[in-house]
Amino acid sequence: MKISIPKIIIFSFTIFLLSVFWLGLKINHNYDTKSLVGSKISKFYVTEINNENQYISEEDLKKNKYTLINFFASWCSPCRVEHRYLMSLSNQNKEIKIIGINFKDKKINANNFLKDLGNPYDFVGEDTDGKISISFGIYGIPESILVNNELIVIKKIIGPINQVQFNDILKSIQ
Amino acid sequence: MLSNIGISLVVLVLILSFLIIYTASLDLKTSNKVIKKNIYKLSLFQITFTVLSFFTLIIGFINSDFSLINVYENSHTAKPFFYKIAGTWGNHEGSLLLWVNILVIFSYLFLVFNHKHDKKFRLYTLIFQNILILGFLFFLLLNSNPFNSIYPIPLEGLGLNPILQDPALAIHPPLLYVGFVGCSIYFSAALASLLSDYGGRLFAQSIKIWVKISWVFQTLGIIVGSIWAYYELGWGGFWFWDPVENASLLPWFAITALMHSLIVLEKRNTLYHWVIILCLSTFTLSVTGTFLVRSGILNSVHTFASDPSRGIYILLFLSFMIFSALTIFFLKHKKETYNFNLRSRETFILSNNWFMAFFLVTVLIGMLYPIFLDVLTDEKISVGPPFFNIVIIPLVVPFMVLMAIGPKFGWIKSQKKIYNRILLLALNAIVINLLIFYFFGKYSLLSNLIFIAAIFLILYSILDIKKFFNNKNKTELPRIISHLGFGLLVFFIGLNHQFSLEEDFNLKVGEIKKINNYKINFEEIKIKESKNYKAVIGNFKLTNFDNNFVQYLNPEIRIYSNPETLTYEAAIKTKITSDFYLTMSNVSRSDYYNIKFQKKQFMIWIWISALMIALGGFMQLILKKNED
Repeated sequence: MKISIPKIIIFSFTIFLLSVFWLGLKINHNYDTKSLVGSKISKFYVTEINNENQYISEEDLKKNKYTLINFFASWCSPCRVEHRYLMSLSNQNKEIKIIGINFKDKKINANNFLKDLGNPYDFVGEDTDGKISISFGIYGIPESILVNNELIVIKKIIGPINQVQFNDILKSIQ
Repeated sequence: MLSNIGISLVVLVLILSFLIIYTASLDLKTSNKVIKKNIYKLSLFQITFTVLSFFTLIIGFINSDFSLINVYENSHTAKPFFYKIAGTWGNHEGSLLLWVNILVIFSYLFLVFNHKHDKKFRLYTLIFQNILILGFLFFLLLNSNPFNSIYPIPLEGLGLNPILQDPALAIHPPLLYVGFVGCSIYFSAALASLLSDYGGRLFAQSIKIWVKISWVFQTLGIIVGSIWAYYELGWGGFWFWDPVENASLLPWFAITALMHSLIVLEKRNTLYHWVIILCLSTFTLSVTGTFLVRSGILNSVHTFASDPSRGIYILLFLSFMIFSALTIFFLKHKKETYNFNLRSRETFILSNNWFMAFFLVTVLIGMLYPIFLDVLTDEKISVGPPFFNIVIIPLVVPFMVLMAIGPKFGWIKSQKKIYNRILLLALNAIVINLLIFYFFGKYSLLSNLIFIAAIFLILYSILDIKKFFNNKNKTELPRIISHLGFGLLVFFIGLNHQFSLEEDFNLKVGEIKKINNYKINFEEIKIKESKNYKAVIGNFKLTNFDNNFVQYLNPEIRIYSNPETLTYEAAIKTKITSDFYLTMSNVSRSDYYNIKFQKKQFMIWIWISALMIALGGFMQLILKKNED
């Protein structure tokens, strides 16, 4: 067989492809967002739900001692269930700031939701297509992430906050 | 007991494969014109034992013989009889046995039905096919043995995943396997053709029928899978550009290209090496797809319990296949000169190949890019419908136009004047599109072009059918049906996309929801006990204000006992112009149910036109005899 450039290219490409597959086999595909606890949150940028000019980013969180980022939507029933805990958290404790990220929702419904149940949030961000939430490692709502002023995730609550987790949050921020 | 029988049969097949390779290699050296009788005998034994081993496994499933791990893990005594049988291929190990069966069956049929062709070519094909058979047999025995036994014998099985308990899904894997594994025979034949210098027209004739058979089965398999997704998954869609769907599309693009260029090879005795490349890549892509799905590299609805060792074996064998194929190809490759006139049928057929190659590369990139990124940079992304829609849809416009006018050109150099007709039909298509646009709703420029091209192709095909009835040229009809099917498919998908209605909301019993001119009344909830599941059935009354049309929809939430799983059954009412599609899911700790209501236009026509594409291929198989 004569060696020519196209042959070399085809062979190398095939070898490259097969090695990628080989490496692909070694990767752990069980993506578990619990493992995000202890790691730093990635950069983000989210605009206020009713005011596009107002926004918040990871830099703003450094000013707060603790921040709870809560992902919610008006169409999500468990979010209604956990809402009273968020309300009492915001009423009882001034150490912690709560940021709500409104996930794949309609603006009117989200505002009505907060009007009916009260607004525990210091800032409500808009995430119409769900991309911001995904970058936080969220795969369903409600979910909440507790972050300290070094932007390290210290707690991650998947599903609605209940009494036990509510106490846990209080303990973590003391 | 069954375990021993099964393993013995598989080992016998393995020994026979070695024997066949050995005797075939000996026979290659003799100067006889015909293949030795004992090769036929060995092959007959091989196919008999293979089929018997498959029946052994089926018997294990029918009798719920839980001494086999495979039956224990995938079946249950309470399962309906039909799904017990379907359970045989509804899992990795069983489907691999089916895979081996198809390899062997095609090997035997190719040997027996090609007696007119060159001896050396047939023997080489047999040898290569048996190397493939050996590869998969070793895989089966060492890594994924469906006949592994378990002791003590469990009293009850774990059951088959309920969403797989569906008639469409029971036949989806066998169809796809015949389609994908059937490609193996012309992979082997292509290598044999290179080694025995048996190329050109005769080679085309020897593999033509097998290409058509596997094309029909692949097409049907993909359609049935899509129908299953629509009825069972409850998302209301029929194509998601899911990685596994993409994996099934890759060989389909290659085989469709092959089917077209094979015609050129047969009629004009050119494009030989291109045909060889397509033969080799079709099966290689099938195995690549299998690798990606079974190894767990791709995540999708088709998750088999993934196991890295499985992936490593398939990958090694795949590498072996690719490198042997490449080496043989480069060793035997000769320069071919192409001499095509622009206005000839072969040029247009070649243009089909360019489009297929483009679609193939697009889907391949969309599928592999996330894997590359994950492996090389640890970044996780997913490539979804927007990418494929943006890249592929615009190209469908010229593709359909060429599909319509290409077959009108004669071989070598066409003198026919067809411009008047093209102009006339294009004008008609534009007018029809404008009527749809004007009366039913607005859509983008690209959608306009899609509709125009689709209508153009449909009109052209209808005119062709009319002509067919005048001069009864049978060879043209299958092609017309397939092309018409494709035009209709794009047309109806376009309408479905433009004019469907979708709404998500929460509702509790007694409440009413209004959407456009529809009113949905959630009347009541009923509980029904069935053999292997309990169902919560919602009763929804759908009223159309405009014509006071009333329709009841009954979606279900099923709680299966073995294994304990929750499934959501969509309520689907199919009518000629549209489907009503309603799914309901429970919201925990609440009286509310989450409802998804969709009005999907022309769904039934999408299935019919897709089936027409396959029907065209099927007609070619039947009409073949009369043609000769």
